[in-house]
Amino acid sequence: MWSLLKIELFKVFKRPRTYIAFIAVWAIVSLIQLAIYVDGPKYMDFVLRDVKDSFDVIGNPLNGYFVCFVILQTLLIHVPLLVALVSADMIAGEANMGTLRLLISKPVSRTKLLMSKFLASAIYAIILLIWIAILGLFLSMAIFGTDGLMNAKSYEIIILNGNDIFWRYLCAFGFAALALITVSSLGFFFSIFAENSLGPIVATMSVIIVFTILTTLDIPLFQNVKDFFFTSHMIGWKGFFEMKVDADGYAIPGTIRNLPAVLRSAGILLLHIIVFTGSAIYIFNRKDVLS
Amino acid sequence: MEAVIKVSHLTKKFSELTAVNDLSFTVQKGDVYGFLGQNGAGKSTSIRMLLTLIQPTSGTIEVFGYDLQHHRKEILRNTGAVIERPDLYKYLSAYETLQLFAAMSGVKLTKQQYMDQLELVGLAQRANSKVRTFSQGMKQRLGIAVALVHNPELIVLDEPTNGLDPQGIADMRNLILMLREKMKKTVLVSSHLLSEVEQIANRMLIIDKGKKLVEGTVSELFHPDDTVVLIETANQKACEQLIRNSSYATQLIGIDAAGIELKLRKEEVPVLTKMLVENNISILGIHARHTLEDYFLKITTANQHVEPFKN
Repeated sequence: MWSLLKIELFKVFKRPRTYIAFIAVWAIVSLIQLAIYVDGPKYMDFVLRDVKDSFDVIGNPLNGYFVCFVILQTLLIHVPLLVALVSADMIAGEANMGTLRLLISKPVSRTKLLMSKFLASAIYAIILLIWIAILGLFLSMAIFGTDGLMNAKSYEIIILNGNDIFWRYLCAFGFAALALITVSSLGFFFSIFAENSLGPIVATMSVIIVFTILTTLDIPLFQNVKDFFFTSHMIGWKGFFEMKVDADGYAIPGTIRNLPAVLRSAGILLLHIIVFTGSAIYIFNRKDVLS
Repeated sequence: MEAVIKVSHLTKKFSELTAVNDLSFTVQKGDVYGFLGQNGAGKSTSIRMLLTLIQPTSGTIEVFGYDLQHHRKEILRNTGAVIERPDLYKYLSAYETLQLFAAMSGVKLTKQQYMDQLELVGLAQRANSKVRTFSQGMKQRLGIAVALVHNPELIVLDEPTNGLDPQGIADMRNLILMLREKMKKTVLVSSHLLSEVEQIANRMLIIDKGKKLVEGTVSELFHPDDTVVLIETANQKACEQLIRNSSYATQLIGIDAAGIELKLRKEEVPVLTKMLVENNISILGIHARHTLEDYFLKITTANQHVEPFKN
């Protein structure tokens, strides 16, 4: 299995297409950092427009943690597309190249072959996320420094102390990894039905877009079912940036306001991964390879 | 003789279409076994079932004495294949391609051994070139190297000469002959190019519409009685008269400007030639016109789509 995984990773990182995502992330992060570096104060004024008359902001709200939060909110909408580019190509791309029949005729079980391919696409998603962390978090911390993080919502402002943030980012990136692997498993599932990767990529993105729209719409018809959409839980990482409040209304550092909800979201994403990947393996084991 | 492949009553149905219909055949150790049929006859479907790419609807396949369904891994560990086009990873070099497929087959060779494999198929000089820069013939030869990299006993080649130029076809033919003669491999080779199979196979099967038509040695199928000999002579009238007065009269098929046609057994050809020479008939040429292709077309005429052109 380890040998197969190494082969799959070797193939993934030998392909020029793989690096499109890394370049795209670098370009987007750099542009956001440049924009905040140049126009940061104006942007901050805009963010705080409703509260600046009521609060005195002390310290450096425009710090690396804040920049990373902006980057994550922006990127985690688009990164699934980049992940789907690779995962949806894992089987369909082999079928398109004509190499799938050669792989199947090797003394390796289809289940192991698929598991190694899925793990390779999951590792790719994690490496992409590490790249986002390096550029979005660590580089932003180096450029903009560190301080407290102000998380402004429509109904509240959450202010996290500078020394209570880093671990939250680690957890958020871990959760984001789970979300991206869910997307990866969906792309992987569609991949077994197609003989070129375009179809599975479009199908994966279509599902994400449709589910996201249904999640966002406040239509009663979808209220009961949207909790089952994995897209509803992909933004669960934001839960790590909310704190519990004591009886006097003071935030308690080092706490997560609704940990059970975050864990539930993580569990639902994990369930989706198991269902998508398990179904892919089950169907592929019975499939005639005609490509 | 030891049977390497034993296929019994193999059937594959795709919805309404029966691609392979109750097919049975046996490939013996050391055979170059020709699997002949027109396009769509069921050759590739049969080979894909043999390589576990397709599940049979019914029937059994035994390879090396093991049931394929239950001993897939053991069988494939000792089988190498090139299936239709030689599709490989375009972004890898020839050397990397061999390394990758060796690892998939569970073997690890030294650098020299990889180079020896590439040398065998004439690609040692291009070991570090990306597959995308290879011609069709080079890809096909690299495909053979991939099939051989784990030193399997059985080689399965599905239409290995497809898309190759005449030089590529000759190279492939020489490679297959080398596999049999030098490396003592058992080879199953499918093709619709009858002349190719005729030159490399010792046994063959002809399949049409998924059903076996005939199976046997090439010499058996290429029956001596079916050999048609065309005699070109400077004095055709005298030659005709001589044949009509001889025991060959009943074997006379036709006489036209091109020459005199007779149906002969192979061993009768030199005897007839001697008789003509002794009777002062000037022979310009003797052509054995009947090949396996005539035979093949004769038994698969149901699939003929275009009427033969007659001038």
